[in-house]
Amino acid sequence: MRHVRAFATFLYDFVFGDDPLIAIAVVAALGLTGALTEAGVAAWWLLPLAAIGILGVSLHRATRA
Amino acid sequence: MGRDLLLFITVFAACAVEAVEAVTIVLAAGLTRGWRSSLAGLSVALIVLAAIVAVLGPALTVVPIDALRLVVGGLLVVFGLQWLRKAILRASGFVPLHDEEAIFARELADARAAGREPGGIDGYGFLLSFKGVLLEGLEVAFIAVTLGSSQHNVGLAAAAAVTAVAVVAAVGIVVHAPLSRVPENPLKFGVGVMLTTFGIFWGAEGAGVDWPGGDAAILAILGFTLGASLALVAALRRRHLGTVTA
Repeated sequence: MRHVRAFATFLYDFVFGDDPLIAIAVVAALGLTGALTEAGVAAWWLLPLAAIGILGVSLHRATRA
Repeated sequence: MGRDLLLFITVFAACAVEAVEAVTIVLAAGLTRGWRSSLAGLSVALIVLAAIVAVLGPALTVVPIDALRLVVGGLLVVFGLQWLRKAILRASGFVPLHDEEAIFARELADARAAGREPGGIDGYGFLLSFKGVLLEGLEVAFIAVTLGSSQHNVGLAAAAAVTAVAVVAAVGIVVHAPLSRVPENPLKFGVGVMLTTFGIFWGAEGAGVDWPGGDAAILAILGFTLGASLALVAALRRRHLGTVTA
């Protein structure tokens, strides 16, 4: 049980790191990109802007304190 | 050719950063608990890592390319942004720079304080070395396998990983001390920029996007990500200086 918990903690840290917002927002941005592309919009610009926006918000949250 | 070169540089730099941390731990274990135990831990960890790569690499090649690029691209953006976040916080002064000498001293003290088992392989030294190499190596193995398979070039990614580990290990053996002079934070920053770039390109392609200019878009994304990240470092540095002097 201890090993399972340790592995789960490791996996969480591995994917989510110090700020879980990054993973959640990246998934949302990818989903939006897919939906817009499906609707016929050229959405190539969305992911680069979203990535830098997410980074900026995450850094702001980290340095606010 | 350009994509292959970027792939090689990205995997090489990511592996070098993690290898520096792993070498620090192996050195600490070797100097305090004996080289036999430390090198045994290192060897077993490398075998486990090789097995993971051998299983994951071929398994990923049978996944449909668009699905693979969507998932791998998303994960690479997440990893890249996490690396960038850490590197920017360090570069701007909000978090202290990674100090390999301090980590080395702490590992030495912990290893000396632990009880020693009589004869044979020392369990503490083995585990310290094994855990250090496996944990540092897993992230790199993942990056190498996913980047390599998304570009149908796992061989090149593996070659970059092995070269980086060999170079760092050779330097570690020669200097016999923690590699504190390796510019770890700039390397981490560079790897973060490149992982984010590849991740954006493949993630968007997996989501159905057609990039204007095709493969050449990678260079534009690289320039945009690098420029924006440098701007964030400058802005946070100004803010940190303002906080310190206020």
